[in-house]
Amino acid sequence: MRRVRRCGDTALLVELGRLEEVVALYEALTAEPVPGVTDVLPAARTLLIRCDSPAGLGAAESAVHAARPAAGRPARAGEVEIPVVYDGADLAGVAALTGLSEREVVAAHTGTPWTVAFCGFAPGFGYLSGGDPRLVVPRRPEPRVRVPAGSVALAAEFSAVYPRESPGGWRLIGRTALAVWDLAADPPALLRPGTRVRFTEVCDG
Amino acid sequence: MGDPRLLEVLASGPMTTVQDLGRPGHGHLGVGRSGAADRGSLRLANRLLANPEGAAALEVTLGGLRVTAHGDLLVALTGAPCPATVTRRDGGRRQLGHNAVEPLPDGATLRLGVPGRGLRTYLAVRGGLDLPPVLGSLATDTLAGLGPPRPVQGALLPVGPAPAGFPALDLAPVADPACGDLLLHVLAGPRDDWFAPVALDRLCAEPYTVTTESDRVGMRLRGPVLERAMRGELPSEGVLPGALQVPPSGQPTLFLADHPLTGGYPVIAVVCSRDVDRAAQARPGQRVRFRLI
Repeated sequence: MRRVRRCGDTALLVELGRLEEVVALYEALTAEPVPGVTDVLPAARTLLIRCDSPAGLGAAESAVHAARPAAGRPARAGEVEIPVVYDGADLAGVAALTGLSEREVVAAHTGTPWTVAFCGFAPGFGYLSGGDPRLVVPRRPEPRVRVPAGSVALAAEFSAVYPRESPGGWRLIGRTALAVWDLAADPPALLRPGTRVRFTEVCDG
Repeated sequence: MGDPRLLEVLASGPMTTVQDLGRPGHGHLGVGRSGAADRGSLRLANRLLANPEGAAALEVTLGGLRVTAHGDLLVALTGAPCPATVTRRDGGRRQLGHNAVEPLPDGATLRLGVPGRGLRTYLAVRGGLDLPPVLGSLATDTLAGLGPPRPVQGALLPVGPAPAGFPALDLAPVADPACGDLLLHVLAGPRDDWFAPVALDRLCAEPYTVTTESDRVGMRLRGPVLERAMRGELPSEGVLPGALQVPPSGQPTLFLADHPLTGGYPVIAVVCSRDVDRAAQARPGQRVRFRLI
């Protein structure tokens, strides 16, 4: 399924059935830049394509229909290993919600490779998908005012690492010392759409 | 080489930021475009000074800025027209024109009063503000916390070298921002089908009032409630400036330059690109009307 909706006079919203299709179409559209397109923004089920003027919309729409995403080939934008101390404030709560023990939550989180589906919320905040389906948990009923940078968290089908201190409603299961957002780096985001991520457990200190 | 040319900030008013045309192309990293809320006014100020259109300038919200020139500068004010007074070092005073090329001599102080209409004034200087770029841009993204820090009292803003070209016009004949009801053209969608069939008519039938909960991220509007037809949760999706996002309250928010990259509430309509600059000049208390095109 690939449905194209107009989003104002300079953007298109492409609806796709599944997250994997979003990632695949994103890869196809960014492999060869389309003239007039300034931003391709993947999200959970959609891709927003922004043009620099209304004149670019036609070419963008043709490119969407012409794109032939490589089916079955996992998106590749590098691999990252993220060492985590699993002592998050919501670890016990996640265990209760999932019916797993805390150790089983850790085993599930480290046991499957994740893929960055898209970024948003804050610079460098990657929505990691493809994890163990037993870890699907709702957001906290009340978001925290302050979530420390490096917090490793779960919400819905996603996991994430908070790039910097911010408010947040995800459930915190651990923390990492790895900087996922560094303005001195090029690119500054460690986690980009398509990046494969494996979490590993480390002891504090 | 003379002494470095600078703008020294004596007072920054309610909200002054450094802005250029933003940082496109980083959306996939979770970084929005940001940049001047009224891009056309920033471009005009730079064109008047023969700067590149995207040179960095000050975006001043509701006036209140005071700056002193170090070195002889040429400046231009665009956007919301403020009373603008220059006091020279010798005590001589004069008013500064709007949409005009004006000298700001060494040691002179420029003071901006509160604009009578519109919200955001752009103060550009020939040569542009010359600060370290962040991801290729001098835009301050207030939501993401990226870009140059907000200029506060005592800040010294270096001015870049003057471009090769010279100003061709002294004055640009440009209409001031509207002071009555502001008419904005919108295109339906992308999620108008999430709303009751009458919602689009309602959006366009009665005016909405701009509330005080308005900033560079967006402006909350108060007016007729836009009722949802679909009750489900929309998975977060990309949005853009001009999008009218409708939370469960039914009162739309009009996104501006520093909007979040994705939103989980449906967008009933999007203000067409040529009207987004005018939307960014709407003041709290002003009314906006939407017309479907």
